[in-house]
Amino acid sequence: MTNYVDYTVGEPVSDSAAPGGSIDTRWERHRFGVKLVNPANKRKMKIIMVGTGLAGGAAAATLGELGYQVSSFCFQDSPRRAHSIAAQGGINAAKNYRNDGDSVFRLFYDTIKGGDFRARESNVHRLAEISRQIIDQCVAQGVPFAREYGGLLDTRSFGGAQVSRTFYARGQTGQQLLLGAYQALERQVQAGTVTMYNRHEMLELIVVDGRARGIVARDLVTGETRSHMADAVVLASGGYGNVFYLSTNAKGSNVTATWRAHRKGALFANPCYTQIHPTCIPVSGEHQSKLTLMSESLRNDGRVWVPKEMGDDRNPRDIPEDQRDYFLERQYPAFGNLVPRDIASRAAKAVCDAKRGVGPTGLGVYLDFSAAIERLGRAAVAAKYGNLFDMYERITGENPYEVPMRIFPAVHYTMGGLWVDYNLQSTIPGLFVTGEANFSDHGANRLGASALMQGLADGYFVLPTTIGDYLAGAKLTPVPDDAPEVAEAEAEVAARLDRLLSIDGHRTVDSFHRELGHLMWDYCGMERSDEGLRKALDRIPELRREFWSDVKVPGSAATLNQSLEKAGRVADFLELGELMCLDALHRTESCGGHFRAESQTDDGEAKRDDENFSYVAAWEYTGQGQAPVLHKEDLVFEYVTPSQRSYK
Amino acid sequence: MKLKLKVWRQSGPDEKGRLVDYVVDNADEDMSFLELIDVLNEKLILEGEEPVAFDQDCREGICGSCDMVVNGYAHGPQKATTVCQLHLRHFKDGETVTVEPWRSVAFPVLKDLVVDRSALDRIIAAGGYISAPTGSAPEAASTPVPKPNADRAFTAAACIQCGACVAACPNGSASLFLGSKIAHLAELPQGQPERWERVVNMVEQHDAEGFGGCTNIGQCTVACPKEIPLDVIATLNREYLLATTGGRRRHIA
Repeated sequence: MTNYVDYTVGEPVSDSAAPGGSIDTRWERHRFGVKLVNPANKRKMKIIMVGTGLAGGAAAATLGELGYQVSSFCFQDSPRRAHSIAAQGGINAAKNYRNDGDSVFRLFYDTIKGGDFRARESNVHRLAEISRQIIDQCVAQGVPFAREYGGLLDTRSFGGAQVSRTFYARGQTGQQLLLGAYQALERQVQAGTVTMYNRHEMLELIVVDGRARGIVARDLVTGETRSHMADAVVLASGGYGNVFYLSTNAKGSNVTATWRAHRKGALFANPCYTQIHPTCIPVSGEHQSKLTLMSESLRNDGRVWVPKEMGDDRNPRDIPEDQRDYFLERQYPAFGNLVPRDIASRAAKAVCDAKRGVGPTGLGVYLDFSAAIERLGRAAVAAKYGNLFDMYERITGENPYEVPMRIFPAVHYTMGGLWVDYNLQSTIPGLFVTGEANFSDHGANRLGASALMQGLADGYFVLPTTIGDYLAGAKLTPVPDDAPEVAEAEAEVAARLDRLLSIDGHRTVDSFHRELGHLMWDYCGMERSDEGLRKALDRIPELRREFWSDVKVPGSAATLNQSLEKAGRVADFLELGELMCLDALHRTESCGGHFRAESQTDDGEAKRDDENFSYVAAWEYTGQGQAPVLHKEDLVFEYVTPSQRSYK
Repeated sequence: MKLKLKVWRQSGPDEKGRLVDYVVDNADEDMSFLELIDVLNEKLILEGEEPVAFDQDCREGICGSCDMVVNGYAHGPQKATTVCQLHLRHFKDGETVTVEPWRSVAFPVLKDLVVDRSALDRIIAAGGYISAPTGSAPEAASTPVPKPNADRAFTAAACIQCGACVAACPNGSASLFLGSKIAHLAELPQGQPERWERVVNMVEQHDAEGFGGCTNIGQCTVACPKEIPLDVIATLNREYLLATTGGRRRHIA
């Protein structure tokens, strides 16, 4: 197991299946071009869905409605608990209800630009088109979006957008959208089209004759591990932000489903593109188990500042206006506190690096509502943000109506993921990937309120169309029960579980996870450098060896064993982390959330290198510790001309 | 700070459980209650014991996974707070804290503090939805909803399906959970076509799962981390009565 700083460059990705021609009719023409499955045949076809968040829940429900037999897996005790539930702020849609100049093209343009010109135009335009249907769909399901007094839907501007296109449901838009999908899913459970496997975790992908035909899953309650076969497999298993240990992800969020598929041949694209969210509650101590996001909608009314003087530890209320530095308003007068997430995060890091950070650790900046409370009144501020203020007070013990919040950036979302073509199909035929688990639509940086949009676009509208094209043409025969590929996958899983349990070393799984997280945050976090990434690439393989020789996992595989679940996930993070660092090292440009210290403009902004890096980096697995192969998908911009992003 | 814990340990669904004493002496008042259990578990693992099994996920009070009865209160004594957001600054140094699973016939214990709450999913499957197959939706703005109705629907829809209402109820009733979904959907114009079928089917499923009836005790709303008001149960009862008056089911809104 040598560390694989080396990699080789393979053939470019040959076919993204993205249609050509006029961009505004691509999706329509593509939909007409796909093969259809006869309704009588749909009943005979089985689809496995892994994950029940917005992308997975919406797809499982929709595929069930279409008449397919769906098996839906989630590791939680109910599909309604998937981490989409925690999204606070809202969902974008190009409805232009405000008559403020929004359009499909503008949402497309903003998303391409916000992603720092590292996403595929065809996909992003489709996303913007579908955004409008999503709102219709969710309203029909009874999602209680915020409304105006006239009874019509309210919207707000959000995270770097100059139009008001974000639909929301107080501070819990994610929960309300997910409940819509969950209820539609449960309706199909009742109808018999969807079978739920709650408290089940996918531990391996089964590939037969080059096609994805099933998974090996472990029943987390009984410990039983067995294979489930299907005509196609869909991974909607979310992002991998927990590789950093501390993130805003749920504790259970993990990379195992996608990583197992990667090891079986699916290319992993742009793993280093991670989003650091600027408005999270700062770390309070070593015991910290996760970070809590404060919706960035707060930046609509909150003003971000730090003291002008280093080491000014006065109570923030005692610091007069002229001794405060409203650094976002100062540096970015056009967008002010609403600059995109990557820019706001780096600006906060810069003032903290300059020793002007606030709070006990010095890793924090103020988010101050006193001006908004003065302007709008306390009641109006409470109506907009009350639940967020309450949450903040519960966690910190401080009342944000009285003292400014303290916030600091935290890992929030991963733009990278399994490579998919326009049909959301990975490089393994029959394996589809949706939502945050794929790499497709956000480029190098995701705009606020776009994750929910993408998850639901994939789940309700894109996948149910494109998967039919595959199924109609695949000519699949049933996999025999004694197929060697099935037995092999089951044996691999069993051997891995046995090995984890038999090491009986001296360190807990969490201690390894924490150490990996520190490495990733220090060297592959908000700012990356050649030197730092090489350090991480030296240390991670060592840490992985220590894990496999010294981890302690108590109990057995035949019962509910949460340590064993965690151990399997951390083992995969220990491989992923290395690939992330390698991807970050090879991409010597800065773009979006990937900021290389060596590549910045004179005023410290991310400096892209379009000549050399205008491509998707899709990595092929060749074995643990072996040099992976880089396959490039060139990005072609026909409608939006790449430019230096400027929010000044 | 130091806390003495009495934690329910039960190795499997059919095994006998008991309270076991532990001491955590390196707690910190900024820790959440689940982080306290994390610290205990790290210690247990290194001592070669099995850690305490418990459900948790988002740790920000919205996924509804965590479920512990702390000192006799579902989610602990702090108002409007899930146990993942309960912080140790609300406890005294040296205090003894009892930690038990949700107790209800309809929520069998699987291991330690982990219970099976799938009955709640089955209640939703029985009718807790609006039938709107993907693609069939009309333009969103074509269905105005008066703001007061939208606000009431939202307040009810805030339920996170954690089951604290059941754990707190002396009757083991899930009426607050059930009422919240009924009130949410009955409040909206989109929910009208299936209004009567929904309430009857969901109530029947609720009863079949072994949940008890409501006798207006009100512990549920006190325990509810999302402060779902008790009047959703009044709405539930009214809807059910209207749907079944005269011993017949109504079918038309």
